[in-house]
Amino acid sequence: MARVVFTPNIQRHVACPEAEAAGATVREVLDAVFASNPLARSYVLDDQSALRRHMTIFIDGVMIRDRKGLGDTVGENATIYVFQALSGG
Amino acid sequence: MSDELLVSTRKGLFTIERCGSGWEIAKVDFLADNVTLALSDKRSGKRYAALDHGHFGVKVHRSTADGWEEIPTPTYPEKPEGLEENDMWGRPLPWSTVRIWSLVAGGPDEPGVLWCGTLPGGLFRSRDDGQSWQFVRSLWDHPSRKMWSGGGADLPGIHSICVDPRNSRHVSIAVSTGGIWHTSDSGETWTQRGHGMRAEYMPAEQAHEPNVQDVHCLAQCRQAPQRMWVQHHNGIFVSSDEGHNFTEITNAKPSAFGFPVVVHPREPDTAWFVPEIKDEKRIPVDGKLVVSCTRDGGKTFKTLSNGLPQSHAYDVVYRHALAIDETGDRLAMGSTTGGLWVSEDQGESWACVSHTLPPVYAVQFA
Repeated sequence: MARVVFTPNIQRHVACPEAEAAGATVREVLDAVFASNPLARSYVLDDQSALRRHMTIFIDGVMIRDRKGLGDTVGENATIYVFQALSGG
Repeated sequence: MSDELLVSTRKGLFTIERCGSGWEIAKVDFLADNVTLALSDKRSGKRYAALDHGHFGVKVHRSTADGWEEIPTPTYPEKPEGLEENDMWGRPLPWSTVRIWSLVAGGPDEPGVLWCGTLPGGLFRSRDDGQSWQFVRSLWDHPSRKMWSGGGADLPGIHSICVDPRNSRHVSIAVSTGGIWHTSDSGETWTQRGHGMRAEYMPAEQAHEPNVQDVHCLAQCRQAPQRMWVQHHNGIFVSSDEGHNFTEITNAKPSAFGFPVVVHPREPDTAWFVPEIKDEKRIPVDGKLVVSCTRDGGKTFKTLSNGLPQSHAYDVVYRHALAIDETGDRLAMGSTTGGLWVSEDQGESWACVSHTLPPVYAVQFA
């Protein structure tokens, strides 16, 4: 199970508690998290289900590369950080 | 006559109420958040606020008995795999709601209907007070839509929506930049209108092409809907045939540039503008904030300044930030430098409500 941690800044708008979810890719893990927290989905992903322009995701400290497909692989015990990028802020 | 104003600002939604003989800030919602537009739907009593959370995207909230609730944001359909569509800069056109740029109620005979115009040019319709949204595919798929360009923003957007008071199925929209479009069947089919406008920023052979016109704001007279007024990027235009054809008004004083226009609900020849030095500067002429008013269909203009700052004023009034109430007597406007003024005598005199608000994006009488 991957651990998913959301930026504290998002909490002011929508509750995004730390979560655990299974999945081989970022997409699979986030789909599982948002299935139980649907309101949060559009705060992280855009209309085409790509990562929002000024959001960023790290897997165990490494920034993901596939912002559109979210196909970066996720290890069994990985920690996924969903943060806002400094850009745009 | 309305005693309440909704003021959308960069840092919250301010509700202004008439108290005694003056107007005061009564309430602030979404403090510190970017409220780009608000709607008071007089049919249902519901209010709507469009928020732009930047990193976290555009959201819509609807009033409840004791506060607000988030409702679905108009969402673009899935972009077909392999489709290449670029904006005017050569970048992929986002099939995503980048900004809500117009939000209006449908006619009195269609409760629950809302229209929503967005950047990058998509139009949405709701039949259930915003609980769900239908993408108006017929307009998006129109070949001419792909020719729309950025104007007020990098991306094209729909900023004005006029529902004909005689027939709610007749809707006119204005695009920056894409001119004026009309549907007579609630959005099933669309035709270009707005002939006769002139775009001086285009090569001569393109200047009169309706689909390149940078309409800043479109207003329709309630009692005489055949009359439409346009504040355009390089001038003021008026139509007497429901927006099919426009005539340029060339004697506007002190300037023909600006963003908003409002028309008197019963007097089609009476309209108000907020003139600025034209596009390369965008500040009030001589540092004096004024409103200009015509009462004869654009033949003459009166400059209204009583109560407005007349020295070193650099306020810009955006396209949704000049409002008129249903009586036609009260006007209100807010500026980019946080000024808010109300007039109770059709603009002859203005009272300052505040000059320290956040930048004002939109003003509406509730």
